[in-house]
This record gives sequence, structure tokens and C-alpha cells, in this order.
Amino acid sequence: MRRVYLDHGATTPVRKEVIEAMMQVHSEVFGNPSSIHSFGRPARKLIEEAREKVAQAIGADPKEIIFTGSGTEADNIAIIGGARANQKKGKHLITTVVEHHAVLDAFKSLEKEGFEVTYLSVDGEGAVSVEEFQNALRDDTILVSVMHANNEVGTIQPVEEIGKICRERKILFHTDAVQTVGKVPVNVKEINCDFLALSGHKIYGPKGIGALYMRRGVRVQPLYHGGGQERKLRPGTENVANIVGLGVAIEHAVAEMPAESARLEKLRDRLIEGVLGSIEETRLNGPRTKRLPHNANISIEYIEGEALILSMDMKGMAVSSGSACTSGSLDPSHVLMAMGLTHTTAHGSLRMTLGHSTTDEDVDYVITELKPIVDKLRAMSPVWERFQKGLPIH
Amino acid sequence: MYTDKVLDHFTNPRNVGEIEDASGVGEVGNMKCGDIMKMYLKINDETNVIEDVTFKTFGCGAAIATSSMSTEMIKGKSIDEALNLTNRAIADALDGLPPVKMHCSVLAEEALKAALLDYQKKSGKNLGLNEDDFEDWDEE
Ligand SMILES: Cc1ncc(COP(=O)(O)O)c(C=O)c1O
Ligand code: FES
Repeated sequence: MRRVYLDHGATTPVRKEVIEAMMQVHSEVFGNPSSIHSFGRPARKLIEEAREKVAQAIGADPKEIIFTGSGTEADNIAIIGGARANQKKGKHLITTVVEHHAVLDAFKSLEKEGFEVTYLSVDGEGAVSVEEFQNALRDDTILVSVMHANNEVGTIQPVEEIGKICRERKILFHTDAVQTVGKVPVNVKEINCDFLALSGHKIYGPKGIGALYMRRGVRVQPLYHGGGQERKLRPGTENVANIVGLGVAIEHAVAEMPAESARLEKLRDRLIEGVLGSIEETRLNGPRTKRLPHNANISIEYIEGEALILSMDMKGMAVSSGSACTSGSLDPSHVLMAMGLTHTTAHGSLRMTLGHSTTDEDVDYVITELKPIVDKLRAMSPVWERFQKGLPIH
Repeated sequence: MYTDKVLDHFTNPRNVGEIEDASGVGEVGNMKCGDIMKMYLKINDETNVIEDVTFKTFGCGAAIATSSMSTEMIKGKSIDEALNLTNRAIADALDGLPPVKMHCSVLAEEALKAALLDYQKKSGKNLGLNEDDFEDWDEE
């Protein structure tokens, strides 16, 4: 059976060059990077080389890069550390309702510490409005976080404009770029951000490694305590192999981006058109153009997403859904709900995220195999029956 | 996360569909995640035997599998036996469900009872079912 991996938004396979570089670290460089002897020095050198690669990829200075244990950790250090370090200036924070939980839950925890948070809404395509953002600003606003692009529906946010306004008003601006690095150009100077979070495993690098860009001069309160590693913000002996892996991964991701993103965009458009054209009662979630090049999010009405994922899995296709039934919490995706989708429409959402391995044949395969699966699930669905009989859908 | 039996009933669901001249039809919604299940019963008025049963489900793999399994467990059985079917028994027959999916099996039990309630109304027999019992369902 053909196996088609269309869940690159969840994670990506580790690319060959990364594996080779990491293997070499594991087998040849075991020294502690903090040791000054000949075992430690090569490890330190590798870390600093990786730091340069990460910095270069996003237009930063190496001194502004901190390696973290994940994208989640980078988000937390920026948001919680940044807010706590600046609370004398004010206690108001702004973010959006469509952030990843790594960001949303960090803000929720700050609310418990007495910070006040404004959550910006989004339009039907998942985009925030700069005007609403401006109206939310207050004299005591100290930190703003808006993701560069959304992980579920791929909507790219107007971070440059928001960043510019924050810079003028001397408000810290963080952006979660976990989904955009290697997909669309990411430049900290153009975004005007003070913090930027990225992650290794979305760009064909290892899991459990991320990086935080912190603009020169910006202060945060450390969340962890221990050694002096990573400017005391991420103390603990460095994961040298993962750091090296991230460096190699981001270097390749950025170098191949122009060609690869254009290739994926074409495949994505064909996939979207193919599915919308062959299956009735389907809709694209998120914008048609201002979206991540590898993201297709489609709602297939009157069926449920987990059943759809299972059925597709049985035919070798790996995808994801924002259905309540897949969430564990039994609430549908907060992103789809914020975009105004009904419960039923969110239920039938299907996210397909393309990547290196995706070919024209994969797209053809999905378009061909999806329809019979949907037909079978709809034949079982009392909601589809209601729709066909013209009865109200409750 | 699912047992082989769940996957089997999900992939090849038994007794999918509608019964045109059903003796009782029950449609219930799952308050937890917004899913819907509908069950049709064909009951022999003289023998009280469930001669045919079908379902339609809008829900996850566990919801479809428990619907399918519950129809298998009551087909050819008496009304009394059907009344005693619990969601736990359905889950056990599937070799278990993940804890977060136990509420889906409640949907199957609830749909069956709703169909029997409908039959009670239509046939005038007293099965001891009460409309109010459908308010809250135990998920343990
Ligand atoms: C937008 C976004 N932010 C943060 C994260 C978390 O990254 P990590 O898995 O490295 O903690 C993810 C990945 O799931 C993401 O998509
Ligand atoms: S029906 Fe929604 S989780 Fe099972």
C-alpha cells in the first residue's frame, strides 16, 4: 500500500544531513561544552557554529540566539520571562485567540499572577486586524505576542505592522515562528520583533530542540535556575547533538525555501482544488493565498474528523483534524471555533500539511482515495441524512 | 490506541442504515463533543424479540464501533435483554476503550434506550422507560 505522509505541520522526518551531523557529534564529541580542555572545546565550537547558522537564517546576531529544549520552551521564556521582567512598567499583555497552546497557556498562567491579557479575535480566515490591535493598546501594555503563521489553518498574520507599532511604543513584541521558518521568509528586523521562537522538528531537524531570538538589550527574568548556560536562561548542560542538528536543519531549510515553497504551493493548490472539486459540501478553512505554502485545511461537512483520520490511515494517508473527538479535551479546535465555524463544520475538518516527500502522485492518490472514504462515512451519518432531506442540522 | 475489535467494527460496521417501517427509532446527541447517533429497531410485537436493528452515527471511531457492536449484541434478543445492555458491556465486548472514549459508548446505550422508549410510546407497552431518565447519563 502507498504511504502518504501529510502531517508535516505536526512534525517532519529528520533529514539525512542532520542525521549525519548528529551521529558524528554522538560518536566523536562527548565533552561537556563548558569544559575548557580539549574534550570540551570542540563541543563549544559546534554549538557556536550552530548559533551562527540559526542567527543567519533569521537575520539576527549570534549573540541574540538562545538554544532551548523546544519551541514551547522558547515561547514560555519570552512571554513569561519578558512579562515578569517588565511588570514595573505595567501589567497589560496582548495576544490572539488563535495562538498555539505553548503561547496561550503561558498567558493563562500570567493571568493567575495578576497580569491582564487582551486576546485579539480573528476574522473568518483566521487573521487578526491591526486596527483591533491598535485599539487594544494601553499605556500599561508591556508585551504583545502574535504568531507569524497559524499551525492549523496556515494564516499568515500582519506581524511586521504589529511589530512596527510595538517598537514605536517601546512595547516588547514576541512572535511564534515555529511554523514559518523554512516556509516563508523570516527576518527579525523586518518583523520588528524583540523575541522570536522556532523549533527543530518542523524543519527536518530533531525533536526536543528550539531556539529563542532575543533582541540585544532585551531583559527577561529566568524561569529556570542552575548553571550559566545559554545566558543563564536555559541552564543545564547543552544537548550538543540536537543543537548541531538544528543548525544544519535551518541552514538547509532556508537555502531550499524559494524552490521548495513554490513546489509545495503548486501541489497544495492542486490538492485543494482536487478535493473541493470532487467532493460536495466541502470548504477551505483559512485564506486562499495568504497562507503557509504547505498547508491545506478543508472541512468535509457532515462527517467527523477522527473517523476520517482513521479511514485515511487505513489507506496509508497520515493527516490530522481539529475535530472535538481528536482533541482529548472534547472541545473542537479553538482556532476553527474562533474563525466562526460551527461545531459540525469544525468536526469535519481535515488538515493536510505537505513536505519534502510529497509528490504529484501523492496528491492524485489522496484525491482518488478520499471520495470513497467520505461517501462511506456519509452513508453512516445521520447528519448527512438530515442535510439531504433538507431538515435542520442541529 | 484502539483495540483490534474496535478497528474491525469501525472498518466493517455491522447493520448500518435505516429501517423504513421501524417499530422504534431513537436519535440522541452526545453532550460532550456534539456527536449524534440514531438507532432503528424492528420488534416482533408478539414475541418481544428484536428482529432487526440498524444505526447511523456521526462520531469518532469509538462511536461508530460501539454503535456497530451494540446492534450485534441485541439483534435476535428480547427487549428485556436489550434493556439490560450497558455501555460498559458494549465497551468490554470491544476489548475495552480508551478512557477518553468511554462517553462514546454511552451514546450507543442511550440511542438504544431512546429507540426502545419510542417503541414503548408507539406500542403502548410499558417497558419501564421514563423520558426523564434521558437527562443525565453516567459515564463511568
Ligand atoms: C505554532 C507552534 N508553536 C509552538 C509549537 C511547539 O513547538 P515544540 O513542539 O518544539 O514545543 C508548535 C508545534 O507543535 C507550533 O506549531
Ligand atoms: S464521538 Fe466524539 S469522541 Fe467519540
